[in-house]
Amino acid sequence: MDGDGEELTAQETALYDRQIRVWGADAQRRLSKAHVLVYGMKGTIAEFCKNIVLAGVGSLTLIDDRLVTEEALSVNFLIPPDENVYSGKTIAQLCCDSLKDFNPMVRVFVEKGDLSSFDVEFFGKFDVVVVSCSSRSAKKLANEKCRKASKRVAFYTVECRDSCGEIFVDLQDYKYSKKKLEETIECHLKYPSFEDALSVPWSALHRRMSKLYFAMRVIEKFEEAEGRSAGDVSDADLSSVLKLKKELCTAQSLNESHVPDTLLERLVADTTEFPPVSAVIGGILGQEVIKAISGKGDPIKNFFYFDASDGKGVIEDISDSNTGK
Amino acid sequence: MASSSSSVIKDAKVLMVGAGGIGCELLKTLALSGFADIHIIDMDTIEVSNLNRQFLFRQSHVGQSKAKVARDAVLKFRPKINITSYHANVKDPDFNVDFFKQFNVVLNGLDNLDARRHVNRLCLAADVPLVESGTTGFLGQVTVHVKGRTECYECHPKPAPKTYPVCTITSTPSKFVHCIVWAKDLLFTKLFGDKNQDNDLNVRSSDAASSSKNVDDIFEHSKDEDIAQYGKKIFDHVFGYNIELALSNEETWKNRNRPKPIYSKDVLSDELSKQNGNLDNDNACGDGLSVSAMSSLGMKNPQDVWSLRENSRILLEALRLFFTKREKEIGNLCFDKDDQLAVEFVTAAANIRAASFGIPLHSLFEAKGIAGNIVHAVATTNAVIAGLIVIEAIKVLKNDIKSYRMTYCLEHPSRNLLLMPVEPFEPNKSCYVCSESPVLLEINTNHSKLKDVVEKIIKAKLGMSLPLVMNASNLLYEAGDIEEDMVAIYNANLEKVLAELPSPVTNGTMLTVEDFQQELKCNINIKHRGI
Repeated sequence: MDGDGEELTAQETALYDRQIRVWGADAQRRLSKAHVLVYGMKGTIAEFCKNIVLAGVGSLTLIDDRLVTEEALSVNFLIPPDENVYSGKTIAQLCCDSLKDFNPMVRVFVEKGDLSSFDVEFFGKFDVVVVSCSSRSAKKLANEKCRKASKRVAFYTVECRDSCGEIFVDLQDYKYSKKKLEETIECHLKYPSFEDALSVPWSALHRRMSKLYFAMRVIEKFEEAEGRSAGDVSDADLSSVLKLKKELCTAQSLNESHVPDTLLERLVADTTEFPPVSAVIGGILGQEVIKAISGKGDPIKNFFYFDASDGKGVIEDISDSNTGK
Repeated sequence: MASSSSSVIKDAKVLMVGAGGIGCELLKTLALSGFADIHIIDMDTIEVSNLNRQFLFRQSHVGQSKAKVARDAVLKFRPKINITSYHANVKDPDFNVDFFKQFNVVLNGLDNLDARRHVNRLCLAADVPLVESGTTGFLGQVTVHVKGRTECYECHPKPAPKTYPVCTITSTPSKFVHCIVWAKDLLFTKLFGDKNQDNDLNVRSSDAASSSKNVDDIFEHSKDEDIAQYGKKIFDHVFGYNIELALSNEETWKNRNRPKPIYSKDVLSDELSKQNGNLDNDNACGDGLSVSAMSSLGMKNPQDVWSLRENSRILLEALRLFFTKREKEIGNLCFDKDDQLAVEFVTAAANIRAASFGIPLHSLFEAKGIAGNIVHAVATTNAVIAGLIVIEAIKVLKNDIKSYRMTYCLEHPSRNLLLMPVEPFEPNKSCYVCSESPVLLEINTNHSKLKDVVEKIIKAKLGMSLPLVMNASNLLYEAGDIEEDMVAIYNANLEKVLAELPSPVTNGTMLTVEDFQQELKCNINIKHRGI
């Protein structure tokens, strides 16, 4: 991602005037050469796509082969609510049509297929990969492939349930610059993979760790054990989920109070995204991706949580290096 | 939270003020969240520089009403809800207390202090909760204002826009912004703006005071004067002669770096300056705002920092273009950040002055941002803030007072928090807006006129738009729609000093001021202050 090279056109300077004043012309040039891939077009990803298309990335590729459902319509503003328009088209195609309209300078493409069907070479074509609506093992696999690519691919996962959201970030070996007072300083961060982060023993995590981290892992595990797709849980599963929580806490030597039943109840009972939370998470994710492309500003390392019920947006660092081992 | 709120959301009637950066995001998120009766006010029309973040707008909408286009765009994906748009100023008298009373909550996505204060007062008078917001770059905040429960928007004074001491601007600039203010407010106004305005352009020097009349004539352009000659004369006067004059004030430069006078002949070779004056084959067409010195000199990149010579050429060329292509406007021009030629002129003038004072030069892009007070804005912060506004609005509708939060969106996390909620503060008991607490005004009642109090205090500081002023039961002044004979009396009162009014205002007087539109009444205790 070389920031130098050709200058911005007059059209770009006029359109992006206000944001160039925030992140500079060099960052804008890098953005316009970056290629982003998203998998799973729910409401939060729709928000994210809107944000980076407006920001002016080079290209955006969408994957979501599902057809339109009531739920998809209710949370995704990129899908026109007209059956004559949406019938027979996949969600990715519909979102692609809307997104192209947002910024004619950004190329938007659609790819088809299941996340597991794409190889290292495919992921290696992108600078940023964002995965949603997928099982834990599918995310892990996609993350491994991104890590094997010949150039660095920034990898993110994002999920929203009820009024809660989670972002995971893997920037591998990441160098960036940031402003400190009047000076620009160079920084370096090492990220664990998705797998390595999730293998950090719960007992090794700090005591005030976001409860959402544990709750999301319990539900993920439940869905995987039951062979469900991501988000396919309901009230009826609550007792099994609570049982699994007990087992996991015992196995990981974690006091059960770190994973409140009420929180699990919320996440199981309402798996639909809550649009204000999608806006918040989609906004934060958009900002993180812009930072990673431009190489400017402190990125999140490596989890972010937001819960509308307490209003906190928390960064958690879950990596071996952070557990004191 | 999501499902338990659906009935309060569906039944709510909300007012949005502002359909800009935050407004577009907010209208979308409200519609997705199930709000079905939304009213939206915005007086602005769409500009190209909005399109990078105000995602409901397209190139084809440039020039149209923001409120209306935003409404139409959201109805496309939520056709069954009601959105009412008003292309109007929220300060219009139509939007009175009764208008505000019909709403369950008011949501602000505004860009200026004045309108925010106005909406705050109407919400207090109508007893409607207000969710207030703002963003700059990566920073943003959302606050909740509920009468009697939390502080109002004005419980704590907001920082006023930065101003600079006159002498820093006229004689001793030390930062680039000082040069911009000089170029914009003094030089640009002197040459192209209202001739009758007071102007501190000429350096005050003990020797020069006597000849100030003659100096003013220098700026007059006589009909038969060659424009190239005129340009060089202005250049040499403001960047050369005036600096020499300032240098003669030895006292000023004891502890400062001495500026360097710059004359046109030093920076422009004869050949170049001739070419400058004869460049008549420029590509400027009839439309005034598209005339550009940069394009007629073949300079393209607004991000480049020009050399002193380039700045000088731009300055002279911009001056020439004003006098040849936009003659009719001269005398009535105000600086406008969207006027390319004006921005070029101001950038060049500020840079030449900066060079003279040893201050680093800046690009046109940067100079435009400073001169136009352009607020940095990105889509993502607005999206996050809009989400937080809706979360807060739902709490307000559920009357869930204990959960109200002010939330800050930070650029650098504070103790791991990127979004930091804080419990709202109690109302400030000495706030003149929400607590009927009097304000104290120290003033020289023998020198200050009623006009000063009305304009500089009641309107500018207290933020009233149509005030009425009373001393006990005697009416001193009333703005707005009033009978003609009263207008004469009030106008006479405005010109009187306080102590000489029909009912004299002196030490210890308590004035009552009232704004009927804002339904705000406030007492002012007068304390006489002699000089």
